[in-house]
Amino acid sequence: MRTAFINQLIIEARNNPKIFLIVGDLGFSVVEPFAKEFPDRFLNAGVAEQNMTGIAAGLAKEGYTVFTYSIGNFPTLRCMEQIRYDVCYHNLDVKIVAVGGGYAYGPLGASHHATEELGMLRTIPNLIVCAPGDPLETKAVTSAIIKHKGPCYLRLGKAGEPIVHVNELNIEIGKMLAVVEGKNTAVLSTGAMLKYVYDFIANNNLNWGLYSFPFIKPLDLEGLNIIADNYEKIITIEEHQKSGGFGSAIIEGFSDLDGDNKILKWPKLNRIAIPEQFAFLAGSQKYLEKIFGLVLNKEGT
Amino acid sequence: MNELTTIEFAKKIRLKTIEMVYKAKASHVGGALSMADILAVLYGKILKYKSDNTEWEERDRFLLSKGHACTSLYAALAIAGFFDIEELETYAQDGSIFLSHASHKVPGVEFSTGSLGHALPVGCGIALAAKRKKENWRTFVLLSDGELDEGSNWEAILFAPNHKLDNLVAIVDYNKIQSLGKVIEVLNLDSLRAKFEAFNWRVVEVDGHNHEELLKAFLDVPLEKDFPTVIISNTIKGKGVDFMEDKLLWHYKSPSKEQYEEAIEQIEKSL
Repeated sequence: MRTAFINQLIIEARNNPKIFLIVGDLGFSVVEPFAKEFPDRFLNAGVAEQNMTGIAAGLAKEGYTVFTYSIGNFPTLRCMEQIRYDVCYHNLDVKIVAVGGGYAYGPLGASHHATEELGMLRTIPNLIVCAPGDPLETKAVTSAIIKHKGPCYLRLGKAGEPIVHVNELNIEIGKMLAVVEGKNTAVLSTGAMLKYVYDFIANNNLNWGLYSFPFIKPLDLEGLNIIADNYEKIITIEEHQKSGGFGSAIIEGFSDLDGDNKILKWPKLNRIAIPEQFAFLAGSQKYLEKIFGLVLNKEGT
Repeated sequence: MNELTTIEFAKKIRLKTIEMVYKAKASHVGGALSMADILAVLYGKILKYKSDNTEWEERDRFLLSKGHACTSLYAALAIAGFFDIEELETYAQDGSIFLSHASHKVPGVEFSTGSLGHALPVGCGIALAAKRKKENWRTFVLLSDGELDEGSNWEAILFAPNHKLDNLVAIVDYNKIQSLGKVIEVLNLDSLRAKFEAFNWRVVEVDGHNHEELLKAFLDVPLEKDFPTVIISNTIKGKGVDFMEDKLLWHYKSPSKEQYEEAIEQIEKSL
């Protein structure tokens, strides 16, 4: 995903002289091609994320479209107030990019697990919150958020996530993607769990639907309306704490549709998310997903 | 501003500041008065701006990091012609754009502040933008002493010389009193000059109520090519009203009617 991101950013930067990339002393073997091609629009701000985000706000105020880039919690939680106040309150064109979403850096421990940031960031006005599901979504979302003038957060995995979608995507901000149409049961997935869900459905010959949500905010309420019309049962899945994350956003979406009388009934809804725990053991992403219950079963429970 | 001397400008700022704080029963008059002379010299003699075009590309950018002291900034902007001074009657009232922390919705305010330790990093970004775009305008950031407790400032202080931001000027309103006590007791900044010098800034110290010293310092920046400048401006909290001077109380207190009248009288009589 991070490769898809940087490749797309370079393509966009060739045609858009406003694109500026700031890294927080991270991005080895990823950001070098950008730095080499656009030295006047690249900055290593050092290990100083509050300053990095303030600088991004200042550059954006002067007309740049600024990407900040670091791992997981560092460009996000570490400088949450700069994001809220400097960037989002002023509605500046800053795109915050975190690599290592969820347990992507599994063995590195809780410091490097980005498992709360979606919930924290989606409460901030003006901020678009994105978690693409595969490299094709990453490419399309990167392009879409550049066209959008305003703050965005982009959660990436790391390198080497497999492609799920068959064709190049034309993504509209705030729209879900129907990956597989099915019957009765649908899985709503955000971020890099998409491939796991896709394979699970295929390998078990299940007639389930699969919908990828590269945008947690704004949430696709029209899409949820269609899902409510067509499925009895919904499973949400995310690599994030259960409180406040993607599943919570989906519940809010259905509740708002219900409150506004746009749907007659809710589907039964199960949330698969991290059960309010930190990981104290080393483990690969797969291992941690398994021990924290981020897995499907054929019964859909 | 051609007709007004900076001394008259500062006096007008102080009068309006005290009136706003009194009428709104607001706080932070002490820190607003301590920086009134700095603002008068900046808006009277130093900053390039067009009060009828806040987006003028070549303007100097001024950021007030100590956003809680916005009354004297709003007063300075009104006096400088950015908006009608009558509009300040609404200060801190329901529905007013004049928040009691500096708001970018007010004409002439570059950036909203209120949470401390934010404007210097943003100022670094603005100054860096000027460098990268090869523009000549400068960026001025006015900080309080208390907010230098914030680590984010020191990230920016480390950054600016490394990137040769000689178009960046920080001014510290060093009135020696912060929110809950004297700076020397809460988190001692001494020696502030040595700290900035150790971070490779070029430093000048002035009496922040002496307009000649302030003017000379501002005219001298950058003190050295490729280095950011900090003007450590030694000031008195509450300057201009004897019973407010150097008192922690006036970080919070709003004057009574009698105190308001006494304060106005003292400032009217000054010069």
